[in-house]
Amino acid sequence: MEKKTPILEMKGITKRFPNVVANEQVDLELYPGEVLALLGENGAGKSCLMNVLAGLYRADEGEIFIQGKRVEINSPRDAMLLGIGMVHQNFMLVDTMTVAENIILGLSDLPFVPDMGTVSKRIRELSERYNLQVDPESHIWQLSVGEQQRVEILKLIYRGAEILILDEPTAVLTPQESKQLNRIIHQMTREGKSAIFITHKMEEVIAFSDWVRVLHKGRLVTVKKTSQTNPQELARLMVGRDVLFRLEKKDRNLGGVALELKDVQAVDDKGLPALNGISLIIRSGEILGIAGVAGNGQKQLVEVLTGLRKTTGGKIRIFGEEKSNKSPLEIINTGVSHIPADRIARGIAGDMSVANNLAMKCYRKPPLAKKGILHPKRILDLANRMIELFHIHTPTPHTHAKFLSGGNIQKTILAREIDACRGLLIAAYPSRGLDVGATEFVRNQMIAQSESGTAILLISEDLEELLTVADKIAVLFEGHIMGIFRSNEADTERLGMMMTGMKEGIGELRD
Amino acid sequence: MRIVFEKRKTLSRKAIFLVPLFSFFISLLLTAILLAIFKTNPFITYAAMFQGAFGSWPNFTETLVKAIPLMLAGLGVLIAFRLKFWNIGAEGQLAFGGIAATWVALFWSSFLASWMVLPTAILVGMLAGALWAGIPALLKVRLKVDEVLTTLMLNYVAILFAEHLYYGPWRDPKGFGFPGTPPFPEFAWLPRIAGRAHLGLVFAIVLALVIWFILNRTRLGFELEVIGNNPSAAQTQGIKIAKNIMIALLVAGALSGLAGVCEVTGISRRLQQGLSIGYGYTAIIVAWLAQLNPIAAIFVAVLIAALLVGGDQVQMMMGLPAAMGLVMQGMLLFPMLAGALFTEYKIRLIRPRTSGSLV
Ligand SMILES: Nc1ncnc2c1ncn2[C@@H]1O[C@H](COP(=O)(O)OP(=O)(O)OP(=O)(O)O)[C@@H](O)[C@H]1O
Ligand SMILES: [Mg+2]
Repeated sequence: MEKKTPILEMKGITKRFPNVVANEQVDLELYPGEVLALLGENGAGKSCLMNVLAGLYRADEGEIFIQGKRVEINSPRDAMLLGIGMVHQNFMLVDTMTVAENIILGLSDLPFVPDMGTVSKRIRELSERYNLQVDPESHIWQLSVGEQQRVEILKLIYRGAEILILDEPTAVLTPQESKQLNRIIHQMTREGKSAIFITHKMEEVIAFSDWVRVLHKGRLVTVKKTSQTNPQELARLMVGRDVLFRLEKKDRNLGGVALELKDVQAVDDKGLPALNGISLIIRSGEILGIAGVAGNGQKQLVEVLTGLRKTTGGKIRIFGEEKSNKSPLEIINTGVSHIPADRIARGIAGDMSVANNLAMKCYRKPPLAKKGILHPKRILDLANRMIELFHIHTPTPHTHAKFLSGGNIQKTILAREIDACRGLLIAAYPSRGLDVGATEFVRNQMIAQSESGTAILLISEDLEELLTVADKIAVLFEGHIMGIFRSNEADTERLGMMMTGMKEGIGELRD
Repeated sequence: MRIVFEKRKTLSRKAIFLVPLFSFFISLLLTAILLAIFKTNPFITYAAMFQGAFGSWPNFTETLVKAIPLMLAGLGVLIAFRLKFWNIGAEGQLAFGGIAATWVALFWSSFLASWMVLPTAILVGMLAGALWAGIPALLKVRLKVDEVLTTLMLNYVAILFAEHLYYGPWRDPKGFGFPGTPPFPEFAWLPRIAGRAHLGLVFAIVLALVIWFILNRTRLGFELEVIGNNPSAAQTQGIKIAKNIMIALLVAGALSGLAGVCEVTGISRRLQQGLSIGYGYTAIIVAWLAQLNPIAAIFVAVLIAALLVGGDQVQMMMGLPAAMGLVMQGMLLFPMLAGALFTEYKIRLIRPRTSGSLV
């Protein structure tokens, strides 16, 4: 294997930003027909290195070779011509256009009036060959996240990409979709294409890749054959210590009812029913997990609870008070914190400093503000405290939030919401995009919060997360609660079946 | 050779200062070429322009006279722009403020103590400006009506309304047909502090400091910043977007309205033709060049005013065609605006030999 010439080689890549060195003398090799997993803590420089390869950033030092020949990549177009394609953490599709239009968008050899019939035909051929089911005529806004990702991959294949870069592709996928992605990648490698794959999930590294490279603080620390390593070792190499993947949960006395939903109904943006009579109770000190495939009402559930969407029926009570259809501010003032599912769109103000983003929940009240006047020194103190506590990797507290790595943006939101929480935490996919160390930390934080009396609604696609963190698990399917289980009595298989809509009466828990 | 624009990954602090300066010099260069074509010596012309704007105390005060409305309206524009509310209606807000102040100055002295007329005129003028910005703001937050259209159309309404007044019902009977109202009573004059430069200068400077404080040190300013940056995040954090847009635009309109008040009570002392020479539009340029910073807006306003005054001067002195003054102002402004692009983008030259292909 090692004797093959690498299809891609990066040598001594260094990339600096003001106050940080994102990559320092990094080497990388990729062989045809193989998958390389790129690992590292949040902020280790993975995305940055891939952006250099995809022509978005320019390295300050270093060389890139394709099939042994030195190349210069100055723009995404150059990368495309060299057969390099990247699927970014945030997709870059035009919502109002069709799949086919998005796929040919930006192609250089496009006739003035493209023949959409031929394009669609070719897309159908490709999607059949790689088992990437998408309808070329449907519009992007109609597609689920998983489908949009398939469009991104199809786009790269259509353009003849030989080297695919996938930046945390599975972070937003359901476990089933991840498996499917795995099959797609293998189909492509069988044809001699290669892929670089960034992930924080160790099982995926083992399942997907041939080689592993680990970055630590911008430097390459390890190169290993996947077959010669294991998840524990990889986690240790990344974080620099053992990660236990085990959490201590003490027995707690539950308090009064913090959140009560009675027959709550709501519709989605298209006016179709999304919540069809949800009833639940969470007590203070309790963590209730919501299991289910994304798109079964999770988004609408979070939105009605946080005042961002109107209910069409039923009642929501928070700490005993009627709170259906109240404004977000009224709900925040009762002590509710909200970790949104879409961190870039809802979670941060990218052009504001990390400090101001951390203050975005409690800037209204003392000590941060008095009579409407802010206290910048105290905002900075708060920020420094949270940056340290949550290990947010940022050059300075004044750095704009958009310059942080994906995982560190997530940590900024978590720090703000967990710190400001006074009684009820609505957490949607809190560990999405976090490295193993940060994931462990956040889960521990949630457990600590619940021990001090906070009620937590935890939405997650990761069954293991739900089983270890939550006390009870409710399965959500097509806007219905299929059943509620104690997590120490639940078994994965049954949960999995209920998530696909198979209702089962036994073992259900009434509270 | 290929030229590409590359979005800057980080906003360089240096670029924020250097780019406007650099583009200013580029514009001087471009204008110099134009002047040379007209067989005029650019150095002499520039010297004359500088002389015209800053060369003597009276000239300098005239520059200030033009700078004051640019400062006030510029502040109004930049507050709205920070919210990404594209208020291009400063011209109309200014005119409507001027109309309202005229109404008070001419007709309210019958029932107001004379010392109260000027403060009342200022207040009513600011309210009128606020109203003129409040209408598009309300239409935007309630009905999502595009503010570019509404603010622009309200400019014409206000300007034509002013014309109607000074040609019609408010026309000075003793004015020999001159389009304008009768002069204001003396107690309705805004005191002048140097030459024709009036108290509006003090208002503008104080207000710039106050606005800087509000934007950077208060809850309101914080909320405006979040809204301008990411409205969805603002909504998620319980920030009342509609209310904040309304507040910001009422303030913005009041500032432009005050510019109009100062023009009628401080300069012309009546409402007359030529109330504004496009100050409301030039204010947009002021706000952009100041990069939406209120303190910077004060200095930028002086610079632009100097171009206006200096341009007028050379046009007369050098015997250039009448339109030449305007052409020069345009030539000077255009590269400065283009320069703003370079605070966000940088240019890179790429040698074709190595780009995008195997070497
Ligand atoms: N445009 C930028 N300007 C300034 N700093 C940047 C920029 N892009 C990245 N960085 C910095 O470079 C470092 C590496 O970031 P990168 O996004 O590559 O991390 P990552 O390994 O992808 O992390 P994650 O797992 O959280 O996505 C971080 O410290 C980040 O703050
Ligand atoms: Mg990343």
